[in-house]
Amino acid sequence: MIKAKTLQDLFKRYRRPGDLVFAIVFLVFSIAMAASLGSQVKWTSSKIFSEPAFWPYVSVICMLVFSALHLVSSLASPVIAGRWREVGFWIRSVEFAVWFMVYVLMVPRLGYLPSTIIFALALTSRLGYRQAKYLGAATLFAIGVVLVFKTFLQVKVPGGQIYEYLPTAARSFMLTYF
Amino acid sequence: MDTILSGVELLMRWDVMAALLIGSIGGVIIGAIPGVGAAVAIAILLPATFSLDPIVGLTILLGIYGSSMYGGALPAILINTPGTAVNALTTYDGYPMTKRGEARRALALAYGASFWGGVFGILCLILLSPLLALIAPHFGSREIFLAALLGIILVVLAHRGQVFAAGMLAAFGILLHTVGLDVKYNQRMTFDQSWLTGGFNLIVVVLGLFALSQAFLLLTDKDNTPEPQPITGSILSGMKELWVYRKVATAAGSFGVLMGMVPGVGEFTAQFLSYTYARKQSKTPELFGDGAPEGLIASEAANNAVPAAAMIPLLALGIPGEALTAMMLSVFYVHNVIPGPQLFQNQLDFVYALYIAMLLLNVIVMVFLIFSTNLLTKIIQVPTRFLGMIILILSFVGVYSLRNSVVDCVIASAFGLLGLVLKRLNLPLVPIILGMVLGGIMEVKLRSSMVRVKTPLDFVERPIAAILALMILLVIAMHIRTLVKEHKTRLAEADIDHDLHDTQQR
Repeated sequence: MIKAKTLQDLFKRYRRPGDLVFAIVFLVFSIAMAASLGSQVKWTSSKIFSEPAFWPYVSVICMLVFSALHLVSSLASPVIAGRWREVGFWIRSVEFAVWFMVYVLMVPRLGYLPSTIIFALALTSRLGYRQAKYLGAATLFAIGVVLVFKTFLQVKVPGGQIYEYLPTAARSFMLTYF
Repeated sequence: MDTILSGVELLMRWDVMAALLIGSIGGVIIGAIPGVGAAVAIAILLPATFSLDPIVGLTILLGIYGSSMYGGALPAILINTPGTAVNALTTYDGYPMTKRGEARRALALAYGASFWGGVFGILCLILLSPLLALIAPHFGSREIFLAALLGIILVVLAHRGQVFAAGMLAAFGILLHTVGLDVKYNQRMTFDQSWLTGGFNLIVVVLGLFALSQAFLLLTDKDNTPEPQPITGSILSGMKELWVYRKVATAAGSFGVLMGMVPGVGEFTAQFLSYTYARKQSKTPELFGDGAPEGLIASEAANNAVPAAAMIPLLALGIPGEALTAMMLSVFYVHNVIPGPQLFQNQLDFVYALYIAMLLLNVIVMVFLIFSTNLLTKIIQVPTRFLGMIILILSFVGVYSLRNSVVDCVIASAFGLLGLVLKRLNLPLVPIILGMVLGGIMEVKLRSSMVRVKTPLDFVERPIAAILALMILLVIAMHIRTLVKEHKTRLAEADIDHDLHDTQQR
């Protein structure tokens, strides 16, 4: 149900659980950046606005000011329940970043087509879709992606090391199209 | 007229036509699936379009950009879940109409208003283009710097209730741009790390923030399968009712064009203004938020008029106003087509070709929607976690095909996790991207403009520069005035529904 009393309220974005944690982390990051500015940029002449060091200073100072104000506004606002559950959600998502990196490392070794099929099937199973229709859809999707991007559009994805073990004719075909 | 015909000629190729068809129909489908917005699709497709002709690549991306909002109205009306972020307002009046058993009427009005807004926006721009070609050359370094600065300020202030967060994220975007070798080949913010010497690639950051974050979000979150009811009856016949509300649709389209032209503003402000206007003009303002056809029309006509208008600062000045046009800017650069005053002066036919392509895509989308709405209701029934797997695999193509770099993939993953946190907190991603792009433009233009500037007043001695500087001051003053006014009428914290908006999660 919409509780907004004014039209302006309809367009506001309100805080969510975990806001304070993010505000603290961002302010700490901004302070770290500010502390390293002296060693990371050089002032070489007197023309301040043309200096390569000017924009890093501007951006870090703005980050510091805004993140401090953001933290103050978070601290001044009432606590929203579920802060640590939310942080738990963020941490759980790292699992899928790891899945992604495993896929990235698989492709140059096993080849784009085999890696994509294996990855799609493994991740689909991990997500709990173990029925034949989902596994079949995942396989078809994996083949479709490779056909569109590698075979048809010829995007730059290297052939797999494993293709080296194929007979000459099949090897060059696989390296070019899959 | 010759220039327009020359523009038409540029489009008369099978590959351009195929791109138009794929982009517009693909855009509708992408927009209709809750969880995949145009930003995700464009981010994934960007590297693939680099190998295509600029006109072909841009036609696909424009197709997705212009048509995704049509598709996004479908789940907004049928299941109260906006397909794209800018369809959020459509749910306020669209879904109550569905609950009243008027789903077909709501869809017909939404499609009709979208078409009206889209075509109105493009026609305005075709008429405005000769004027822009006259004005654009008067934008020198100072003016472009001030326009970019105005864009950054507006994008921060436009995030109502999150101005501090938007400010720190825009500054973070500018910081990202500064990482790497500077113009004097000194290391800048690299921390002696060789992988930072080349700086952060915009496309890697975009893919992480928009595509990978969405995949991680869908994969980690609970599963959900949208189940809209099929629509009975003809959509086409329902569109005739739009004629009754033509004034609202035209006014909303005008707001869309005006707001689309201003960098950093875009769909939300256009919707805000047109919704306010529609409610003031309505004989039944109490129905707004409870199934008012005018509210639905105002929302859809305004947001569909924006894409064409958003191309103005991009093409005429080389300044993107929001994330999607920032992504398109990279396509221009890859093909060595530099948007800016020169483009409007020397390649006006190319500009017209893009506008005509947008006009055609609106027609294609309408025909597709009239006959395929029920098909779309079936397509969108993909379980969300399965959809996450699909986006993850597609994101790989985007990131890895760029330079075959594992480091790029690690960076994109890191930005994916940052994007997930921001989306969960409902904080905006767009300021980071605009900070990166506009930060680069501001640095270059400020440096080149300082050569002729002796005193601070020299900076604003030219009329356009003076107008832009005044606009910056005016925008800040107006924001402070609004804050004071709102402070007096604010809601108590306990009355605020913090889950009202999840517009950053698509």
